[in-house]
Amino acid sequence: MNDWSRIAPQLLDATGETLYMVGVATALTVLLGVPLGVLLTITAPGALAPHPLVNRVLGLVVNLGRSLPFIILLVLVAPVTRGIVGTTIGSTATIVPLTIGAVPFLARLVETSLREVAHGKVEATLAMGARRRDVVRTVLLPEALPSLVAGVTVTVVALISYSAMAGAIGGGGLGDFAIRYGYQQFRTDITLATVVLLLVVVQLLQWAGDRWARRLATS
Amino acid sequence: MIELSDVRKVFPARRTAGEVVALDGVSLSVARGEFAGVVGPSGSGKSTLARLVNLLERPTSGTVTVDGRVLTDLDAAGVREARRSIGMIFQHFNLLDSRTAAGNVEHPLELAGVGRTERRRRVADLLDLVGLADRHASRPAQLSGGQKQRVAIARALAARPSVLLCDEATSALDPASTTGVLELLRQVRAELGLTVLLITHEMSVVRAVCDSAVLMSEGRVVDGGPLAEVLARPDSALAAQLVPAPAGSGVGGDLVLVTVTDATPHGAVLQTLTAELGLSVEVVGGSVETVAGRRFGRLLLRVEGDDGRLDPALARLRAGGALVERAAAGDPRPQSDADDTPRPDREPDVQRLADAPDVQR
Ligand SMILES: Nc1ncnc2c1ncn2[C@@H]1O[C@H](COP(=O)(O)OP(=O)(O)OP(=O)(O)O)[C@@H](O)[C@H]1O
Ligand SMILES: [Mg+2]
Repeated sequence: MNDWSRIAPQLLDATGETLYMVGVATALTVLLGVPLGVLLTITAPGALAPHPLVNRVLGLVVNLGRSLPFIILLVLVAPVTRGIVGTTIGSTATIVPLTIGAVPFLARLVETSLREVAHGKVEATLAMGARRRDVVRTVLLPEALPSLVAGVTVTVVALISYSAMAGAIGGGGLGDFAIRYGYQQFRTDITLATVVLLLVVVQLLQWAGDRWARRLATS
Repeated sequence: MIELSDVRKVFPARRTAGEVVALDGVSLSVARGEFAGVVGPSGSGKSTLARLVNLLERPTSGTVTVDGRVLTDLDAAGVREARRSIGMIFQHFNLLDSRTAAGNVEHPLELAGVGRTERRRRVADLLDLVGLADRHASRPAQLSGGQKQRVAIARALAARPSVLLCDEATSALDPASTTGVLELLRQVRAELGLTVLLITHEMSVVRAVCDSAVLMSEGRVVDGGPLAEVLARPDSALAAQLVPAPAGSGVGGDLVLVTVTDATPHGAVLQTLTAELGLSVEVVGGSVETVAGRRFGRLLLRVEGDDGRLDPALARLRAGGALVERAAAGDPRPQSDADDTPRPDREPDVQRLADAPDVQR
């Protein structure tokens, strides 16, 4: 059991892989999920740019994405992953299902945040002669920013848990590590060590996200 | 300056509610530089009326003209352009919490593409104008209600509008802040030559700042005009709300309601009743208000000993310019508590409203 000197660097590598997957997936998720959330919000009945059909279709897509268990999604999007990355194994390949799984999740959170912005603020801005895109840019997003940051934090934490699950099918990172060493070689200590690492990462992210959101809300 | 012509607004039926006719053929005209009030019970369509003027709400039919431009004929870009010259303030201020006071005032200037240095200068001037020169960096959360409304006024004036719409702008404020904000509104109206359309349910607000007013009921304008003219009409429903007639219930004898304005003859009524007719006259109620800067009062008199000469005397007094009429005991007119509280449950005096001229000035 005195192989920790061999295992520790590998554990560190696995942590790095997890952060890489989650980091890139978070960036892509924000890039896609925020506009999707904005569209969901403004096309709703009585909102800034009501469009029942678009709203209905987007809502359906988002609900589908959200109701699918991530492990099923992993398998389902494998062909897409292979098309984009060329393989379905490893951390880079895992970014694709992670992003696809997290975009609908974030989009709903964004929608909820934007809906919280008082309609009066939107009206006051329209009354100034603003275009609708100006309302999104200068009112909806800035006014909802603290809540959006909180939503992204929740999404990152969910991505970490998804990424650990992706380890089950060779996705790399801490989940992969825990399964290969901890589970398959009956090394409970290794499993525990990865769990502790995951916990620390999640705690740190949550703390940083909360702090940021709070600073935005009070500044 | 503002012309609404036969405007109707029908909100289509929803799953939860049937069709609502919010405005049912309203025509209204506000002259350049006029401070016009709109009053009426809750749900009578006041806010809808204000929101039509900058087309936040599109009329179902009828036309809206502001400063010679027929807004209802404009395309979306034209409407946006026209809105720049129509400022609006609201009951709940609607300031952006993500911006400072200065940032809020700067917002419409940013949207209009005004350059940074010009924006800064303008924001400083405007915050100075509304008396908040020292609160540039304050967030809305750090300001009182009155201060927030001042920021909102500065913001509404930023793009140099010619019209200012105020929808219940003082309804969320305490009396002291209300007075301050109203004074500011009158001041900016005078300094900038604004035309103001002010929606309120508080008669005291109309009395304090308006030159003219209309009374709305169930989506129609049922009374209105320049305040001096409205108040000189004893049967005016709007006048009855502006300066409520005193209650005469439970009092016997003949009741006479005297309306006193700057224009009515002084002392003639009492002189005639007591000295000429030898009647015994007692004051049973009265109210005096300053309206649009002029004193205006109603006195309820109880007269005893009429031998048939009262009615001819009243007719003579009327011919001489006095505003006198017989009042029934327990006159059902709204009393002074109609002031300052929205009373959705109070049905307007249907009879009198039906008789009132459909005002079009
Ligand atoms: N967006 C809307 N959809 C449906 N009905 C509406 C809408 N806005 C207003 N109404 C209805 O139109 C009528 C007039 O409303 P409005 O807000 O103009 O009244 P108001 O005189 O301003 O009342 P208050 O004094 O309570 O503010 C009401 O019956 C209201 O329910
Ligand atoms: Mg209203």
